[in-house]
Amino acid sequence: MELLSNLALGFQTAVSPLNLLYCLVGALIGTLIGVLPGIGPVQTIAILLPTTFALPPVSALIMLAGIYYGAQYGGSTTSILVNVPGEASAVVTCIDGHQMARQGRAGAALSIAALGSFAAGTFATFVLAVLAVPLSEFAFKFGPAEYFSLMVFGLIGSVVLASGSMLKAVGMIVLGLLLGMIGTDVTSGAHRFTFGIPELADGIGFVSLAMGLFGICDIINSLEKRETRDILKGRLTGFWLSRSDIRASAPAVLRGTLCGSLLGILPGGGAILSSFTAYMLEKKSSRSPESFGQGNICGVAAPESANNAAAQTSFIPLLTLGIPPNVVLAMMAGAMMIHGIQPGPRVIASNPELFWGVIVSMWVGNLILVLLNLPLVGLWVRLLSVPFRLLYPAILLFCCIGLYSVNNNTFDIGLTALCGLLGYVFHKLECEPAPLILGFILGPMMEENLRRGMLLSRGDPAVFFTRPLSLAFLLMAAVLLILVALPSIRRSRESAFKEG
Amino acid sequence: MRISHPKDFLTGAMFILSGGAAMAMSAGLTIGSAARMGPGYFPFALGAFLAALGAILLLRSLIAARKAQAWPVLHLKPLAIVLLSVVLFSQGLRPLGLVASTVGLVVLASTASHEFRWKEAFLNAVVLVVVVLAVFVYFLEFQIPVWPQLASGRI
Repeated sequence: MELLSNLALGFQTAVSPLNLLYCLVGALIGTLIGVLPGIGPVQTIAILLPTTFALPPVSALIMLAGIYYGAQYGGSTTSILVNVPGEASAVVTCIDGHQMARQGRAGAALSIAALGSFAAGTFATFVLAVLAVPLSEFAFKFGPAEYFSLMVFGLIGSVVLASGSMLKAVGMIVLGLLLGMIGTDVTSGAHRFTFGIPELADGIGFVSLAMGLFGICDIINSLEKRETRDILKGRLTGFWLSRSDIRASAPAVLRGTLCGSLLGILPGGGAILSSFTAYMLEKKSSRSPESFGQGNICGVAAPESANNAAAQTSFIPLLTLGIPPNVVLAMMAGAMMIHGIQPGPRVIASNPELFWGVIVSMWVGNLILVLLNLPLVGLWVRLLSVPFRLLYPAILLFCCIGLYSVNNNTFDIGLTALCGLLGYVFHKLECEPAPLILGFILGPMMEENLRRGMLLSRGDPAVFFTRPLSLAFLLMAAVLLILVALPSIRRSRESAFKEG
Repeated sequence: MRISHPKDFLTGAMFILSGGAAMAMSAGLTIGSAARMGPGYFPFALGAFLAALGAILLLRSLIAARKAQAWPVLHLKPLAIVLLSVVLFSQGLRPLGLVASTVGLVVLASTASHEFRWKEAFLNAVVLVVVVLAVFVYFLEFQIPVWPQLASGRI
């Protein structure tokens, strides 16, 4: 019953006219930006973060969650219609979704993507609501040693996800941790790595780093490729699913939802891993695996449900433990901190209204997407036909104005250009920026917990191995590392990333 | 000796350099002991770890056992133009105001595209000036200088 009263509190917050409006606006502009080819949720959140600064924290988070879902939904729209995935998690949607579109069934593909996502979102919201309270109470038992080990586990988990070399991904994490050290040390007040620049005393702005590495860098990369796009011409019709479509895809939605809900909670999990897994699971369990890649509706239903379910459940580790399991959630964590909320087990107790409001608004956001985006899909398609040469200066401009508004100074804009250059170098060297962002977010917390843990144990590092929970996290991290290093798993991991 | 994996080689070099720099700078801070870590302790350890990772990558890149890799290809024009347009916007915003900076950013950034046309870029700039004024200045009420400093003083 407590669950119901909590959800009721959430509803009260989420459906207040103003918050409903922000949820709507977030979902709309999230789709608007996310629909642009090559721009996924991470880039969208990076670009739109500053627009939420003027709002109170609850509304800002609701709007950000809306932006997140909108962007993800927009990404699948682009995958189906243009065959250019906006983000990694939509790669598998391309395979069958675009084939369906070529066969004149784009409407059905978009409908099942939306409805499957909504069904999955509804289920995952409940999972989140049920698990949140016990997990956060569990997290209160954590001491600094447990937190430190949990963060190690989380960071290693994100490496498993990186598609390139493991060594490089670990290096990127460490580089991110180091970047997170820039600024004033909280314990001693000493300035670290500030190069005597006063603006760096507060550290590198999260918005600058994220926008540089994802927003600006991706524009430069797109300008290098002179790609031609395969935009679907003609009117979109046939959004209604036939009875056989529903019969075929309903079990796929269910399997995708379960798979996504489970994988979303794991560190390093989230939308990308779950959509790949759901697709492969669907193909393996299907009676006609050869029809996958030819426009099988299950090949759209399963990964789309899975990535939405995972998108929702991946909030669990962030909101209950304070550990972002993937980059998108790292962006959300960064956004929460900017609004003065430290993600972690205390959020539920100290800000119940915010916590439950955000959870319920995720569900409301999904509903809005179904009700609004299917009718609006024609508009999104028209947006796709706006040439990139007109769009990217606009995106750059909005980034710059947004950056200026963060602190009302121009230093952040210059810093972003520098981060863009850094992102370009990483891209050329095939180093993924995602682990770096995670390291950057976790760096200060990790150091603080390490210091506290070692202080309590009087400098004895054995504390991380003698406390059972801490040891369990470290062992899990070690198992993950060994698994990824094993040759057979390494090969299948590489082929999984290539399938797209 | 031939470098068979130039990207790994360069990444290794980058890790060694940044790890080394972090160690050097942390050495200037208080390191402290394991029980009482100073501000330099954790960054110093991270820097050492990063440099070690870099060394492994670098050495491995020299062994030609695996399939050889291509050197990265750089296209400096879009990189330089996009970054320059952002930096110029940041420098021009205070003295010149939002309108002039927007036109500058949009037109300059547009030249990075291989489909660049002057007329189109200017038209795009004019449209965006109107959008930006409407959305950010009048609707969201961002505190941002709109006109050049000299002119705004006189009006």
